Amino acid sequence: MNWAEFFAMKGYGLYVWGSYGMVLSVFVIEIMLVRHKRKITLQQLRLMRDAGDSQ
Amino acid sequence: MAINWFKYAAPATFYGLAGKMIPYFAWPAAILFAAGIYIGFFVAPTDAVQSEAYRIIFIHVPVSILSMFIYLVMAGYAALGLIFNTRLSSMMATALAPTGALFAFVALWTGALWGKPMWGAWWVWDARLTSELILLFLYLGFIALQASIDDPRRADRAGALLAIVGSVNVPIIYFSVKWWNTLHQGSTIKFSDTSMHIAMKQALFVMLAACWLYVIAVTLVRVRSIILERERNTQWVSELEEIRAGEQL
Repeated sequence: MNWAEFFAMKGYGLYVWGSYGMVLSVFVIEIMLVRHKRKITLQQLRLMRDAGDSQ
Repeated sequence: MAINWFKYAAPATFYGLAGKMIPYFAWPAAILFAAGIYIGFFVAPTDAVQSEAYRIIFIHVPVSILSMFIYLVMAGYAALGLIFNTRLSSMMATALAPTGALFAFVALWTGALWGKPMWGAWWVWDARLTSELILLFLYLGFIALQASIDDPRRADRAGALLAIVGSVNVPIIYFSVKWWNTLHQGSTIKFSDTSMHIAMKQALFVMLAACWLYVIAVTLVRVRSIILERERNTQWVSELEEIRAGEQL
């Protein structure tokens, strides 16, 4: 089996890779979002600390 | 066993515990995804009826199962928060909702891409598909409702009511292929023996485990941010290493 044949998926390539591609992008975006949210939250808390109203 | 489980229900304790646990879920998830894709594409044989298009099953079924399961876990946490007034349970419910919504969306997306070549339609107003679409709207409604209320404790209670009422939809999705005459095929994973090839079954369960671990890892990361946000005025948060020793802004 060669790679061109593999990616063609016997004519179903668009559907199969369209499915897996979407799942991959959703997971990558979600991971980026939760990491970004953590970064932003920590930044905000440090701002509060520096402003001296964290108590 | 003398473990005090209530200790971990305190946001301060759970924050640290969750941080330590994340890699133990994230890395196995990545490894299992790779293994599941390998088995699904290189070991499992071509399907006799659906040719190569059936390979969508290895992502469609795990993601769809979890979209329902996450909802029940979310509603369960929300209910605990409502009944026992435990802050952490409500935070867990809030943290699960975005991942659940994404899983419901991906279930519909992969289903459409499977439906087009097999049924000749991206979408039909069939019981299974329609109830899954309602699930997506329930997640979005939960998120929107919580976001629209400023007081977090009130947002928790309002969201919990919506989540609990909406959970009747989950058995409707699950049993829809039995109760109604639908276009959607019957359950792939049955408690009795299935007719699937062994490698197909392996790929399916490996992908299911991978998705499960992924959901836990990503939810733990999200809930830690929610804990920090909501507990920002407490002593323990101001004493955290990442806040205290973080660079000056």
